Amino acid sequence: MSHPVKTPSPPTLYIEGPAFWAPSLPGWDIARAAFNGTGAPTDPPAKRPSPQVLAPAERRRAPDTVALALEVAAGAIAASGRNAKNLPCVFASAHGDLGINDYMCSVLASDPSMLSPIKFHNSVHNAAVGYWTIGTGCMAASNSLSAYEATFASGLLEAAAQCAADDEAVLLVGYDMPSVGALSSVTTSRGLLAVALVVSPTRTERTVASFDWSLESGASTPITPQSEAAQTLSANSMADALPLFEALAGGKDAAAISMPLSARLSLRLQLHFATA
Amino acid sequence: MPSRIPPLQISAYTATSAVGVGKASLLDALENSRSGLRANDFGDGTERTPLPTWIGRVDGLEELQLPESLASWDCRNNRLAWLGLQADGFMDAVAKVRDKYGASRVALIVGTSTSSIGETEAAYTKLDADGTFSADQRRPLVHTPHSLAMFLQQALGLEGPSETISTACSSSGKVFASAERLIRLGLIDAAVVGGVDTLCGSVLYGFNSLELVSPAPCKPFDATRDGISLGEAAGFALVERTEDTGTADSLYLLGYGEASDAHHMSTPHPEGLGAERALDEALARAGISTDAIDYINMHGTASTKNDEVEGALVTRRFPESVHASSTKGFMGHTLGAAGIVEAAISLLALETGLMPGTVNTTVLDSDCGPQIKLQPARGEVRRVLSNSFGFGGNNCSLIFGKGAQA
Repeated sequence: MSHPVKTPSPPTLYIEGPAFWAPSLPGWDIARAAFNGTGAPTDPPAKRPSPQVLAPAERRRAPDTVALALEVAAGAIAASGRNAKNLPCVFASAHGDLGINDYMCSVLASDPSMLSPIKFHNSVHNAAVGYWTIGTGCMAASNSLSAYEATFASGLLEAAAQCAADDEAVLLVGYDMPSVGALSSVTTSRGLLAVALVVSPTRTERTVASFDWSLESGASTPITPQSEAAQTLSANSMADALPLFEALAGGKDAAAISMPLSARLSLRLQLHFATA
Repeated sequence: MPSRIPPLQISAYTATSAVGVGKASLLDALENSRSGLRANDFGDGTERTPLPTWIGRVDGLEELQLPESLASWDCRNNRLAWLGLQADGFMDAVAKVRDKYGASRVALIVGTSTSSIGETEAAYTKLDADGTFSADQRRPLVHTPHSLAMFLQQALGLEGPSETISTACSSSGKVFASAERLIRLGLIDAAVVGGVDTLCGSVLYGFNSLELVSPAPCKPFDATRDGISLGEAAGFALVERTEDTGTADSLYLLGYGEASDAHHMSTPHPEGLGAERALDEALARAGISTDAIDYINMHGTASTKNDEVEGALVTRRFPESVHASSTKGFMGHTLGAAGIVEAAISLLALETGLMPGTVNTTVLDSDCGPQIKLQPARGEVRRVLSNSFGFGGNNCSLIFGKGAQA
């Protein structure tokens, strides 16, 4: 049985403040230059971000995922010139904090009574967005989601839908970390990678690109990054974000990007860049 | 404040918890103030003494077998999801909607706090000599938070957007908000929303390490409450585009509010500011004020702090005539499944007029107003509020209603 293909068109939305962090590309300016061939990755690579949103003691104690996510979230806020207090936020991570998961499972297998209460409350998938709202005083809606290898695309869909439905800007943050310990038997994520941007319902002076978006049903095709700098990050579970950030670095209108949401569905994005 | 939203039709729903499988068992427990909590026997058969607490455990999961075609997804959480799907003709209702709109036009949005981590815990107890997973546990699609949604999508034959929301104990409240937005924008026509969470070492020992677990059955809003009872549950609802004006019995999501405390990872804002913002946004989307609410299903975990803050919020914002209660004493705090289980209780209240009591509680905390009821009551219930609050200061309020919508 076949069904008519409906093509609803939600409103055009606008991207502000792309932010990026990986050890080889610690910051959007470096990443953008590496992606469009005007710069090189950082050598030696950076170790781990040190987000200023957290107090110094918290910064050192923060789990890797929290440090990663807050670094790019703050980058997107700075680049968009917006006030974090007022921005609803969607945080997306395929696996959450694998280091804490490994710790929890190891302690539970040996002596559960030794479980650290702080590690436990940091083990919730929404720990990063929780620290973000606490650190910035944000009382707007906050979300934390996962969708395996399509986590960034799903986060973008969630953020775009929230932006369009409520007619207000939304902060989107995606991050994943390398697998740790025995979890590496089943979780292939490698390296640190985090991205962020603000989705806005209107064009502003900080707009980097506009995009038209829709859902495409039928077999999806994974898209691979073009640049060597991005390809080296492909083993991270947030890698489905790389083609979009390469396109943002390119800054030129190009073919639509179809980001897989599952084996049978894609999020189609047509980017448009304002001509100077 | 957000604008009013069109009502979203709820075509089917179900819930399975320690009080039984499906709506009939749930209603029976609520009518008779029958708690499903038991002394902790989770992990019996191992050499460890179980923690001295009470739990809301679902019977029969140890023996349950997934169908052959879904066997690779096997773990306690996906078994509970499967058990929950079988109740109340839910799978048939989903199949009808799938045929009506097409598989790619039906989303699947579920909440869970720990998903299948119990299976990962089990894998760690029998690692190979080189410290890696044993061959039978090398199942990447099981040991990840999205496992529940991927399993359900296959089990239900759905091909629309699929997303796992994991905001601790507000997870399966927020699924309604995400589905409503996608439907309103025309990206999908219907969605299966819900949540599943199962008992596991992480939550039992984790909440115990925070000294939040009661040694006795939890007593929400009791003057002598001393912590939560953990539970497990699966619940689902089928929401779809509202195409007609409905009948007097039609059920709707009228509003939702999502807000953050910006205060602390595991303690609520002392004045409940995030919870109040979620309430106000839900009222604004529903286009009503607090006096239009007949029943409130409170988050009411029986933790000292949550109940103090939430009790004060309901006491200061609602008329004394409202019937408010916590149902955590029935099945325990089912964490990422609490939102959908309490949505199901709210929808049952609309359908039957039964407003549950607060089971296990004997002496209401003197800080709580007369809104909070210990005994069940019957009446005309037209609009219900359901609260879910989670770690990280994550708050969600839902408003459901019934009757023909203008």
